[in-house]
Amino acid sequence: MRKKVSILMSILVLVTVVLGGCSDGDNQTGKDTSNGSSQTQTQNAGGDETSTGDAVYGGSIVVGITQDLDSLDPHKAVAAGTKEVLYNIFEGLVKADKDGNLVPALAESYTISPDGSEYTFVLRDGVKFHNGDLVTAEDVIYSLKRCSGLLTPQEEGVVIESALSAISDIIKVDEKTVKVVMGEPSTELIGYFTCSIIPEDYKEQDTKPVGTGPFCFESYTPLTELVMTKNPDYYLEGKPYLDKVTFKISANTDAAFMELMAGTIDIFPYLTAEQASQLKDTYTIMEGSMNLVQALFLNNAEGPLADVRVRQALCYATDRQAVIDMVAGGRGHVIGSNMFPSFTQYYDAELETYYEYNTEKAKELLAEAGYADGFTFTITVPSNYQFHVETAQVLVEQYRQIGVEAKIQLIEWGSWLSDVYQGRNYEATVVGLDAELVPSDILKRYRSNASNNFLNYKNTEVDELFAKAFATVKDEEKETYYKEIQRLLTEDAASVYIQAPALLVAVNPNLGGYTFYPVYVQDMASVYYIGEAQVNE
Amino acid sequence: MKYLVKKLITLIITLLLVSCAAFIAFQVIPGDSVTLALGTDFTEEAAEQMREELGLNRSIPARFADWMAGAVRGDFGTSSQYKQPVSQLIADRLPVTIWLAVLSMLMITVISVPLGILAAKSSGGILDRMITLITQITMAIPPFFLGIILTLVCGILLSWFTPGKYVAPDKDFSAFLHYMIFPAMAVSIPKIAMVVKFLRGSVLRQLSLDYVRTARSKGNKESAVLVRHVLKNALIPVVTFLAMVTADVLAGSIIIEQVFNLPGLGRLLVVSISNRDFAVVQAIILYIAFVVVLINFLVDLLYRWLDPRVE
Amino acid sequence: MRQKRNDFNYRVGKVIVCAVVLFVLIGCVYTPYDPNGMNGALKNAAPSLAHPFGTDNFGRDVLSRVMKGAGTTFFVGLCTVAIGGIIGTLLGAVTGYYGGLFDEILMRLNDGLTSFPSILLALVFVSILGPGKYNIILALGIIFIPSFARVVRSEYITQKQMDYVKNAKLMGASDFRIMFVHILPNTRPILLSSLTIGFNNAVLAEAGMSYLSLGVQPPDASLGRMLSEAQAYLFSAPWVALAPGILIVLTVLGFSMVNEDAG
Repeated sequence: MRKKVSILMSILVLVTVVLGGCSDGDNQTGKDTSNGSSQTQTQNAGGDETSTGDAVYGGSIVVGITQDLDSLDPHKAVAAGTKEVLYNIFEGLVKADKDGNLVPALAESYTISPDGSEYTFVLRDGVKFHNGDLVTAEDVIYSLKRCSGLLTPQEEGVVIESALSAISDIIKVDEKTVKVVMGEPSTELIGYFTCSIIPEDYKEQDTKPVGTGPFCFESYTPLTELVMTKNPDYYLEGKPYLDKVTFKISANTDAAFMELMAGTIDIFPYLTAEQASQLKDTYTIMEGSMNLVQALFLNNAEGPLADVRVRQALCYATDRQAVIDMVAGGRGHVIGSNMFPSFTQYYDAELETYYEYNTEKAKELLAEAGYADGFTFTITVPSNYQFHVETAQVLVEQYRQIGVEAKIQLIEWGSWLSDVYQGRNYEATVVGLDAELVPSDILKRYRSNASNNFLNYKNTEVDELFAKAFATVKDEEKETYYKEIQRLLTEDAASVYIQAPALLVAVNPNLGGYTFYPVYVQDMASVYYIGEAQVNE
Repeated sequence: MKYLVKKLITLIITLLLVSCAAFIAFQVIPGDSVTLALGTDFTEEAAEQMREELGLNRSIPARFADWMAGAVRGDFGTSSQYKQPVSQLIADRLPVTIWLAVLSMLMITVISVPLGILAAKSSGGILDRMITLITQITMAIPPFFLGIILTLVCGILLSWFTPGKYVAPDKDFSAFLHYMIFPAMAVSIPKIAMVVKFLRGSVLRQLSLDYVRTARSKGNKESAVLVRHVLKNALIPVVTFLAMVTADVLAGSIIIEQVFNLPGLGRLLVVSISNRDFAVVQAIILYIAFVVVLINFLVDLLYRWLDPRVE
Repeated sequence: MRQKRNDFNYRVGKVIVCAVVLFVLIGCVYTPYDPNGMNGALKNAAPSLAHPFGTDNFGRDVLSRVMKGAGTTFFVGLCTVAIGGIIGTLLGAVTGYYGGLFDEILMRLNDGLTSFPSILLALVFVSILGPGKYNIILALGIIFIPSFARVVRSEYITQKQMDYVKNAKLMGASDFRIMFVHILPNTRPILLSSLTIGFNNAVLAEAGMSYLSLGVQPPDASLGRMLSEAQAYLFSAPWVALAPGILIVLTVLGFSMVNEDAG
């Protein structure tokens, strides 16, 4: 069921890169929100309130979420569903705007030395933590050290951002300036400085979190709700609008749907297409992209799938549009390689049509590979992602057309992580991968020796391209290399890339300002009531 | 007295066995909680460190001894998911489940006793047949679906309550009770059917006994016979049956809590199972085991007290 | 009076059970459509002549799926009852017939187990074994053993005092023969009744487990799974819930009506 949440999914956008930034995604449990650069269209109940109408201050809203929080400490939380909530309480030195650009947040400005060995941040003046203390250079140094693993002793439970382990030292230049020195220079690391800034040596972050974000933590009841109130001292003039936001935890999307029907939830970000169409009269339905690569990922070293022709045959046998129609009511973007369209700069739309649905061609390729009578393989799917489970069911039917018999094996998310992702003991799996706002992040698992290369994909040409891309500091060159890598993945049919799933959000029509981001967050600071503030808690 | 001691020993043995089983069972499961907690951040070192923090790197008997020692003191360790003491997590959720059980038991008793007697009194008549048919149908509906139908009809169509608008008892008790009525209904309806059926049988059995004939022949009115003689005897088994239903009510609430989005023990259990948060699962199992065994023990005592003929 | 009433129940029950069983048997050999065949053009279509119970969110024929799904549900129910019944009967026969320490220990254990709500035990088993058709069968089967053992045991304790058993002993029949040739047939009514109750419980437990998504896994269809999946479409396509819902109720109702008479 959709419930669940994945804990772990880690990956979350800017923060975790993780062993590989992988992770899955999923739909209804939602995962990344979309980005502004991809299509964000609105179809709503009455009028286009989201862009017009007078914003008023005050009021309170209830936001539905379907997974419980795994920690209130921003450096300990791993679940994507937790980070999307904590985003409203904490901020980093920089943050992503709706177009995917990194803009200064707690830092007023930053400079990166040309070789990428030094990052210098100038702090914004007069920013206060929710407990009233001013944010100092010491707090920033403490926070950065805490999430990069430089604190000794290391605090229990803190998840170290592996990309930040490149940091060798953090120096206080003056009261307002902090310089970060990289052991291994890199110009791509700014995206990781979204890491939350917290007060130095504050001991109750687990239970009474204190940050600098637009909302202050008020209370948390496991399995029930997290309540946050307006931060009156927020440094951005005019924000936030709302006085109070309650994140309400539902058992699953079905239970949440009942509450939407009853009108007790104002914003719910993980609708299925079916639910969206039922709610279109009472809610404004907004559509963004989940910024995920949903694919039938193949183990390139296993059985018949080790043969490139077999993999290509599966690509030809997959009617991707039909999949999208079936599982997502036609909402979703067909993709052709391991990149989603909102990464505009690196996205190659041509690859979408590289494999046109063609069962004849598929059968020919199978025959060439010696499987004229088809073969049997197993698709392992994490059972908590209804969306992926349904996709797999459609694929099974499609592959039957070319005589290939696919079986579905559902396993728990925990087993998926250990058997499939780490153990690489599988033939094929349907999940969604997301990525950081760092161009290399989404592709680097395809290096032959990458620890998170759970596809066992090996291509020395790709490895060389990566080496070149990492070496260069020129954006255009990087772009060329990364696009070339995507093309190779498509040609090798490393996996059957299906879609960048749509993200459907139900928003109370009296609300405006809901914004999609290319990272996985629910930004409540920009949400406001139109005309008259209401109270819902 | 001897009986009491024997029962007590059984009780303790049962609890020991359950806790042993609950502990061992969760040691053999594939996909441990450390892997899950680390997710895609998994590295051998991180896992090793976490195991050490959680004390998972020691031998099974040593951990069992520790766990039992803790359990006796009410300390079930720390939840890997919530990083909170398990006992705290359970204590926070317990009131919801207890209230659900109490309200359900209340409904069951208040509704099923009159219905059961009515059915027995009009045995074979149209009323009896109706009651029996309805009870049988309600027993045939899967409880979760009953819950969904109730939400749909009472919540969405009739607006008697707002689905999902659960209020914590310490915030607004009457609003809490108002909401709880509906999940309690979902839990109790199938059980009402069971009790009605059982009570009806019990009354009928008594009615066929000699003493009833004697009472009747003495010229007592039918209703007087029923109330003064039959009911007293017929209710004895029903009381114990009701007590046993309590265990069922607890189980029923596991599913109903999901349907009505109640933050009770059942939801914690299901969430913990899917998160493989075994410290919590073990504690809840032990907890429910304790309650169930205790109830059985009390039922035994009650039964002996009500009906001293039982050996 | 009473006899007549039960007789009526019994007859109605019998008709229902026969109809349901027939439906399931037909489903094993024939379904109007491929139960897994998808049709994007017919998603959540309302009931019509071509699809008397409508189609689901993949455009699959609900009737065909219910026929197939009922088969799975029956399979789960029957296997569960078979495991619980056979092992439970063996244990009950041995303990009831011989008594002694073995009996004492086993019955204590039994007391503990039977007092547990079965859905809770099933949850625990499934969280250990993982979800899936065969694990559900195993979990429910094991859970049902104690109740069978208890019923059979008490029956054996009564029966072994009977004259026919004493006679058989005098004739030199072996214990084994007495237990399974002489006594066993006499436990038939009570055993049959336990079997029906067990079957019904298995059907309902399967539905509950499916709701918690710990039950039968796709693409296998089962009545419980179909019913819980239909939840998402209750407003837009209520017919998807109708067929599996009715069938579960009929099955359980039918068996319990038949059983009413036996008990």
